[in-house]
Amino acid sequence: MSTDEFTVKDKVAIVGIGETTYYKRGQAPVSEFRLACEAIKKAADDAGIAVTDIDGFASYSNERNDASRLAAALGLPALHYSNMFWGGGGGGGSGAVGNAAAALVAGYAKYVCVFRALAQGQFVRFGQAPAARTISGPPAYTMPYGMSVPAHWVALRTRRFMYEHNVTQDALAAVSLACYHHAQRNPRAVMYGRPLTREQYDGSRWIVEPFHLYDCCMENDGAAALILTTADRARDLRNKPAWVMAAAQGSGYRQGASVENAPDYASSNFKSLAPRLFAMAGISPRDVDVAQIYEHFSGAVLLSAVEHGLCAPDEVMDFLTFENITWPNGKLPINTSGGNLAECYMHGLELVNEAVRQVRGTSTCQIKDAEISLVVSGPMVSPVSDLILHG
Amino acid sequence: MAQEKAKSSYYLPAGVPAPKPAPDGLDTEFWDAVRRHELVVQRCRRCAAFQFGPEWICHRCHGEELGWHRVSGRGRIYSWERVWHPIHPALKDACPYLVVLVELPDADNVRMIGNLLGDPMRDIAFGAPVEAVFEDHEEGFTLVQWKLAG
Repeated sequence: MSTDEFTVKDKVAIVGIGETTYYKRGQAPVSEFRLACEAIKKAADDAGIAVTDIDGFASYSNERNDASRLAAALGLPALHYSNMFWGGGGGGGSGAVGNAAAALVAGYAKYVCVFRALAQGQFVRFGQAPAARTISGPPAYTMPYGMSVPAHWVALRTRRFMYEHNVTQDALAAVSLACYHHAQRNPRAVMYGRPLTREQYDGSRWIVEPFHLYDCCMENDGAAALILTTADRARDLRNKPAWVMAAAQGSGYRQGASVENAPDYASSNFKSLAPRLFAMAGISPRDVDVAQIYEHFSGAVLLSAVEHGLCAPDEVMDFLTFENITWPNGKLPINTSGGNLAECYMHGLELVNEAVRQVRGTSTCQIKDAEISLVVSGPMVSPVSDLILHG
Repeated sequence: MAQEKAKSSYYLPAGVPAPKPAPDGLDTEFWDAVRRHELVVQRCRRCAAFQFGPEWICHRCHGEELGWHRVSGRGRIYSWERVWHPIHPALKDACPYLVVLVELPDADNVRMIGNLLGDPMRDIAFGAPVEAVFEDHEEGFTLVQWKLAG
């Protein structure tokens, strides 16, 4: 990579992380905005900075708690940067970090807080169609047929991928069981103390084939936040910095085409991002020690792993086994906090916090000598994003 | 009586949100055509590219003269899913049901979503040939459903 190409590599670090208690949907005792404030305060405390040192916010996915209200409520002396990543789902989880990193490198701000607060119990649920009598625009071609929620979109793409590459339910089950396995060591996890067996998985009801109940993320209330700053400041703070090695965002050719018309359909939408990500990091997929891969639905992990070069499409059945993807001895442990399936569905920002913990050495499923930590955000939506951290 | 009969002939129960042409007029012709039991796909008058869902500009040549091209209604199953969890109150007793993603070989393989008529527990083959079936609703709209061909 020539020096005049834009890169954030090693110029920025994540220096603080925080989250509220993670609740089941509807069980948070306080408002979503208050959850946001709490997570932000905890991230600042973890970084060892004052909340009032924060001078920028970045978030994604129609975050309701806007930067101006937060800046006023928290008494920030000034807001130098505010940014929202376009698109729904968890596609912007890494993208918000990337945008914060870009702002810091550009000198717009000194300490940018990336956060996501989500209390599905206080607002609309993602998994339900609207109560409207009529529907217009692209959903008019799907919703009248009972096809209208993320589970349905992801199931169709996953099913096609499984058909093209001879993938069976075993690979989906491995992802689900791995997440629950990791959550049993993580007291933050909503599913802590709720182990899952293959028999329970197989016996659970279908949501939409090929997804059983345990292939689907939870619905939760909570908030997560992290603090980024520039290299010179990061070195003076108390935590071991989690260096941003690379960040990428975007979308492949017409991946956003409506009514399931993305030309490359059986895709997680990372084919155009992953090469850019690894090029910026200057590493190969083989160098990744641990990965946090967004699983609104287990199937998304299979396609994301393939498109990040972690395994070949026709190797999914051999690679994505419970043994290979679990702490402590797996070849590539995935979603070591429990992820969206079993820690908390904080729209994937909990995955970024876990990636930070891995390079700090503080995960509850700590991978020995983890140096390179990959985050994949929001497969199968558009745009999507990804991130590599190193210790 | 007639009302009861009409309702029972729908694949999914009444009460699921009904399609309504977009207020900007982009797809009025599509919904009018299916009401006449004609399946149409948007096509560029300049470069002849098909596209679906409809848009105001051709994705290939950026031409703004887009028309609607009638297609045969024959397609192939590109992907499918059996839905077991109701995502709308009207679907509470309608599960499981089958959703198919159908590609249309006579329109550059653009894809459409619909339900596959018949036994929801049937086995489904990728690539299976299907034909469009027009499902008229008494509220004044028509859905495009699919049945296995041959």
